[in-house]
This record gives sequence, structure tokens and C-alpha cells, in this order.
Amino acid sequence: MSSNAITVPAVQIQDRPWVDKLHQWVTTTDHKRLGILYIASALLFLVLGGVEALIIRVQLMHAHNDLVSPQVFNRMFTMHGTTMIFFVAMPILFGFANYLVPLMIGARDMAFPRLNAFSFWLSFFGALLLYFSFLGGSGLYGAGNAPDIGWWAYAPLAARAFSPGHSSDYWTLAVLASGFGSIGTAINIIATIVSMRCPGMTLGRMPLLAWLNLVMAGMVLLAISPLSAAQIMLLVDRYLGGHFFDTQAGGSAVLWMHFFWIFGHPEVYVLIIPCFAFMSEIIPVFSRKPIFGYPVMVGATVAIAFVSMSVWAHHMFTVGMSSYANSFFTITTMAVGVPTGIKIFNWIGTMWGGRIQLRTPMLFSIGFLFQFLIAGLTGIMMASSPFDWQLSLSYFVVAHFHYVIVGGILFALFGAFYYWYPKMTGRMLSESLGKWHFWLFFIGFHLTFDVMHIPGILGMPRRIYTYEPSRGWDTLNLIITIGAFIQAIAILVFVANLVISYFKGATAGNDPWDAWTLEWSTSSPPPAYNFASIPVVASRRPLWDLKHPEDPDSRYE
Amino acid sequence: MRRVTSSTLRIVSQVIFLLWAATAVWAGELGNSPLHTTNIFAPSSTPAKSIVELSVFVLVITGIIFVVVFALLAYSVVKFRARAGDAGREPAQVYGSTQIELAWTIIPILIVVVLFLATARVIHTIQDAPQPPTAIEVTAVGHQYWWEFRYPNLGIVTANELHIPVSDPAHPTPTFFKLLSADTDHSFWVPELAGKTDLIPNHPNRMWVDPHKTGVFLGQCAQYCGAQHAKMLLRVSVDSAKDFEAWVQSQQQPAIQDERAAVGRRVFDGNACMNCHTVAGTPANGRFGPDLTHLMSRGTIAAGAAENTHNNLRLWIQDPSAIKPGSLMPAMKLNDADLDAVVSYMETLR
Repeated sequence: MSSNAITVPAVQIQDRPWVDKLHQWVTTTDHKRLGILYIASALLFLVLGGVEALIIRVQLMHAHNDLVSPQVFNRMFTMHGTTMIFFVAMPILFGFANYLVPLMIGARDMAFPRLNAFSFWLSFFGALLLYFSFLGGSGLYGAGNAPDIGWWAYAPLAARAFSPGHSSDYWTLAVLASGFGSIGTAINIIATIVSMRCPGMTLGRMPLLAWLNLVMAGMVLLAISPLSAAQIMLLVDRYLGGHFFDTQAGGSAVLWMHFFWIFGHPEVYVLIIPCFAFMSEIIPVFSRKPIFGYPVMVGATVAIAFVSMSVWAHHMFTVGMSSYANSFFTITTMAVGVPTGIKIFNWIGTMWGGRIQLRTPMLFSIGFLFQFLIAGLTGIMMASSPFDWQLSLSYFVVAHFHYVIVGGILFALFGAFYYWYPKMTGRMLSESLGKWHFWLFFIGFHLTFDVMHIPGILGMPRRIYTYEPSRGWDTLNLIITIGAFIQAIAILVFVANLVISYFKGATAGNDPWDAWTLEWSTSSPPPAYNFASIPVVASRRPLWDLKHPEDPDSRYE
Repeated sequence: MRRVTSSTLRIVSQVIFLLWAATAVWAGELGNSPLHTTNIFAPSSTPAKSIVELSVFVLVITGIIFVVVFALLAYSVVKFRARAGDAGREPAQVYGSTQIELAWTIIPILIVVVLFLATARVIHTIQDAPQPPTAIEVTAVGHQYWWEFRYPNLGIVTANELHIPVSDPAHPTPTFFKLLSADTDHSFWVPELAGKTDLIPNHPNRMWVDPHKTGVFLGQCAQYCGAQHAKMLLRVSVDSAKDFEAWVQSQQQPAIQDERAAVGRRVFDGNACMNCHTVAGTPANGRFGPDLTHLMSRGTIAAGAAENTHNNLRLWIQDPSAIKPGSLMPAMKLNDADLDAVVSYMETLR
């Protein structure tokens, strides 16, 4: 631990003209700046995807509403899903991984800084391509339009016969480009963690955040590759006369489903594992205890990654697989619940006997635990395939996966924002705005997504732009829409907090949370080279050892 | 914080209770009318019933897990939160425990085994059920955005409103479906009769129902199939054995030739109508749109998007997008006289 007490002034760029500053951001290969670029672009698309969600919600507020046409509605849910998965969730998590992994393993940058920049810009241009479709989607066919094939782009809906014009091509190319970006970043994360750990940091002493991002990056390589292959096959179908998915020429619609979901399900874990990583850093610090069962947490993560590669067809229980296939995917899906449960128990074990400080990052973490528990249990319901024959493709599923993505991933991300914002900017986020943000979002979330399970049980399918008044889904949909707007207000509070605190927040100092991992040993924000001298560690909590020389972790590990 | 937690709990439990109450009232109001609801927990057929039995079991197990884990979480948040007095002191640093880890690994594994066995039994019961010789066979074909129903053994073709006999458990007459698609993916979902099964091009599927009650059961396409996925509605009329027999008799007749509607028939046959629609016993034999031979025996048009009334029929022929924007039926651009004549002709097709 040699970097202690070395403070290095941040690089002075204040007096340069703005063009120079912009040029520095665009050409940067610094992992911290690229991390912030990833996060900032994801926040931009979060707002766009959120507006699309609000349009969907207003349209469904009551039966036979005619705010938008069915065609526009179909574009909205396609764009909402594609945006949120590919251009919000993945980039924002890559952004945090980029920013934090080198700092937490005591490195000065990622292994391949230029590949890092290339990957970011590739996925950013993918996002721009997707949104350009609003203008150029129909090409020569007339006015622009966005893709309307759903974010799974099921065959044969994505074939030329059913999707003329270029809107589906923009979708394909956007996903393909961002996929290559993701593969580049995954290779980078793996190389960084494998080869750039500081002296003393064995794999067994790595912070869980680094471990979990390593697993996540491995899953990206396995999951994105078949997706990219499928996109290329789709392009071959559309432009070179291929018949992979062209059912009118004997192609297979089910083949596309397999390709898509063998990406699609591991993708859920690609998104949630980095959030497990945030929890595994935040919960110990605010409980003032080390993570309970570190080796078990690593093992459970690897087990989740392994098992989750063999569960994809639980998205296809209704497509008419054999009873043996349905049984197989039932048991593999339920089996994922075991290591996931172990993780939840270990986080509770970490809190047990601690001194829990209910600061904003911890509030979001507790929200995560509560909601992720429920999301996991509704997941078990749908793993039971006959139950899924009723629930699948209904609003129950929509409620379930938003419970995972909003109640789980987004809550964990908000926790991460409040926890690491001081490191990234040198300023604390406002605690009182943070509490407003938390409670508004918590109430809005539960109003929307708790209630959303019920129309599914009452037979409301997803992806319908309107419904019959006689079905009795009106009141429930109105409540869901009100909840969505409360969430939107909470997001505004959050953005206001990010902006106001950047200028007026309290100065953070190096280590505002009295934490234990290496990123807190350097200045906030860290200098371009992170550490003046490379740190040396002797345990999983190097700063604990430093603060408690009488009782260091290194004595027990 | 203790006060906030308990009031949050109370609010959550009240909300859950209210929602359950609302669901129950909603289900109760419509439960006794001949028009059935789309509630998955109000089953009227063996597949749907076995699913409900399994789901109640799964709900109980997951409910118990929720209560236990939530109690542990809530207890640790309340009990172990930092207090004013302990500033600066760190709690005992505990790194883990092999026994505890083993306990919370093995117990979930046992739960998974139990849930899996219960599930596998129901999968087998529903999916591998043999087809009895008394079964009615129906071929359902999904189209953008309507349903074609063919009864190969009875020589009947109809659309959107399926008729099947009620099945007496002592003498079961279940209906077995062959599910096909003419274009994109669709999904056949009538929640009170069975779970959904997709209709996929080049991938024939099979499902069955044996309704125990008569009445009209509602459903709709559950797999996104294009612009008008939302208005691809579905009605299943479960008839008594006698009513079903009568319905079959009437559907097997060719179209009524009513001389008073000869003008309308000429307009129908002289325009593009006959390229897409069939009227049995006439030259019109198109298969792209619904069979119209017995159009007036159906309660709705446009796959359930509108009631089958004179005005709706007229509006539909004149401008389908007024009822169902994105529908593949073109606006026929007929003059008023021709339009009225065609509507009169349609109204003779009983």
C-alpha cells in the first residue's frame, strides 16, 4: 500500500477554449473519460427511451385511446426495448466497468486503450444509426419511420415480405455495430483483469466488482457472437436471397428464436451481474462489514454464468417444443435460482450484525434486494412451463422483466451513481435530493410494475396498441400510467441532482464513505494516470488494512 | 426508520389486498354471464385447470420463500442500522460461514427438485394427452390479422368465431387443434380454456381443450404479428351437443341464393372481393380473407373489432381503416349504390 497520502493535482484544462476540450473528449483513450462518455450517452438514450415508454403508457391509459396510430405504437415499443437494452443498459454498465475496474485493481488504464475508444464510438454510432431511422427508415419508400418489428425482430416479420423499406435494416445494423463494440469492450475487460492487476492482488484478493465484471465480459463474448451471426444471416436473407429465416421459401422462424434467445437470456445476466457487483461493493461499506462468503459469491456468479447459458428456450415455451425440451428448460431455469438465492442470502448475511448506514446508495441497494427477490420469484413462476403458457406474452411477463431491469438493474445503477459520483467528479450528490429521488422512484416503480402483473393475469397480451373496454383492464392501466409519470418526475430529480451537485455539491475528498477498495486511495477525480506509484496490496480490503494496522484483513486471508 | 418501515409494510399489504379484492370483484361480476372473462384463474377446461392447480402450488412455495427472505431482510435493516451512539466503532468483522452457506445452498436445491417434479407432471398431462376417437378436429390458421378455422372432418370453414361442443367428463368430446400460420407468427390464447400455443409458419403445432361449460370464451392473438396485432380478437362459442349439431348442419349448407340481392352479388363478383373471399356455391373462392359463406351467423366482423351490424358492415367495406387501421383489406372505393347493394348481399349470407 504505497499510494497513501500521495495527492496529485488534477490536470488543468480549465483555461483552454471549448473546442480544445471537446477535441480532448472525442479523441480520448483514458478509461475514466471513456467511462463517463459511455455513461453520459446512456443517460441521453435513457431519456429518449423513457419518452417512448411514456407515449406507450399514455396510449394505453384507457381503452380505445387514439393518441397514436398502431404503426406509431409498434415503433415506440420496438425502439423502447432496443434502446433500453442495447443503448442504455449495456453502455452504462460498460461505462462503470471502464471507469472502475482499472482503479480497483490498481492499474493505470485498460489493457487496450485505443480499442476501448473504438468500442465506445462503434456502439455510439450504432445508437445514432438506430435513431436516424426516424428520418431515413423507409429510404426511397417515402417518409421516414423507425423499426416496428419488436426488439426480438422475430422471423418472418423481419423478412422483406413483411418489413419492406429500410427500417429493419437500421435495427439490424445498429445492433450489429453496437455488438462489435460490446465484444471489443469485453475482450478489453478480460485482458485488463487478467494481466494488469497490481502487485499482491491475486485473483482471490480481487474486489468482487472486478470478479463479476470478468464473468460478465466472458458472457458477452459467448452471447453477442450468435446474435451478430444471426444479424448477418438476416442481412443475407434480406439482400442476398438467403432463406435462413424466410419461411415462404422454407426457412425456419424457430431458428431465429433460438439464435435470438441464446443471446437474449444470457444478456439478462450480462446486465444483472455488474449490478450484483455494485451491490457487493456498496452493501459491505454501508454495513461496515466485509462481504459475507467471498469465495461462495465468486462461485455462485460463475455458476449463474454457466447455467444461464442453457436456459434460453424458456422464452420459447409457447412455440411448441416437445415435453422433454420443456421439462429440460424448466429445470435449468429453476436451477439458476439456487446460486442467485445464495447471493441474496450472502448480502443479507453481510448486513446481519453490521451497523447499517441508510445513506442514499444503501437505500437503493435495499430497494434492489427487495425488488430483485420478487423478480426472482415471479421468474420461478414462469420457469414452471405450464404456468408460463398462460403468463408468457402477457403483461405479467412485461411486469416481471421490468422488475428485473428497473427494480433490479436500475436501482443498483442509481446506488452506483450515488456511491461513485464523488469519485468521478470530486463532489458529493445531494443527500436530500437523493432521498426525494429514491422515494419518488420507489413509489412510482411499485405503482407501475406491481399493478402491471394483474392485467397479465386477466388476459391482456403485450404489444397491443389498444384493447376492448369490456375486458376490464382500464383502471389498472390508468394506475400503471400514473406510476410511470411519478418515475419520470423522479428521473428529473435525479438529473437535477447530477447537474446541481456538479457545481454546488460538497467537496468529496479521496474517501468520503470510509471505504476499503483502491479507487478510494487516489484523489477525486483521479489524475489521468490514476496512481502516482502502483499500489501493493496484501488483502481484499487494502484500505481497511491501512486504517486498522492493529487488525488487518491480511491476517485472516 | 422503524416507523417508516412498518407504515410502508402496511401500505404495501393494503395495496395487495385492494388489488386482490378488485380482481375478485371483477371476476365475479362477469363470471355468471354467458360471456366469459379472460382471467387465467377462472378455468373451464382441463388444460387450464391443471395449470391453475400447478400455479397455486408454485404461488404458495414462492410466497413462503418471499415471506422468509423478506422477513430476514427487513429484520436486518431495522435491527442492525447504525445508531447515534456507535459513531466511529466498527462492528465485528465476520467473513462467512461454511455451515450457513451449505444450508442456504441445499434447501433451495430441494425446493427446486420439488417444483420441477410438480411441473413435469403437468407438462406431461397436457402435452402428451392422447387424442380420443370422439375428438373434434380443427385446423386453425393464423393470418394477418384474423383467424381461419377449418373442420376437415365436417367440411366447414369459418373465421374468427370458433364453435366447439361442450365436453362432458363422462363422455369427453375434446377439441384438438392443428395450428398453422399463413404469414407471420401468431399465438392462440383463450385463457379460460388453455395456455397459449404459437402459430408459426412451417412449424405445425398441436393443442387441445375440453370445455366444461357452455358460453362464449374470449381470447386474442398473443404473439406480435404486425400492425393490427391488437385487433386480432378471438371468440370461442362452446355449444351444447344439440346446438353444436345444429350449427354444423347450417354451416355445411352452401350460401343462400337470394334473388333480391342479385345486384349486390354481381358487384361482389365483378370487383376484387372474390379474389380474397370465398362464398361457397358461387365463383368467389379466394382464400386470402375470411370465408363469407355464412357471414351473418357471426356476431362480429374484422376479427372481433366491430359488432356485425348493417352500419359497421357498410363502413368496413367502404373504409376498413376507419375500424382497423393497418388491416390488409383494401378500401373498395365503391359508389353508394354499389356499396348498399354489396351490404344487402352480405346480409343474405346467413
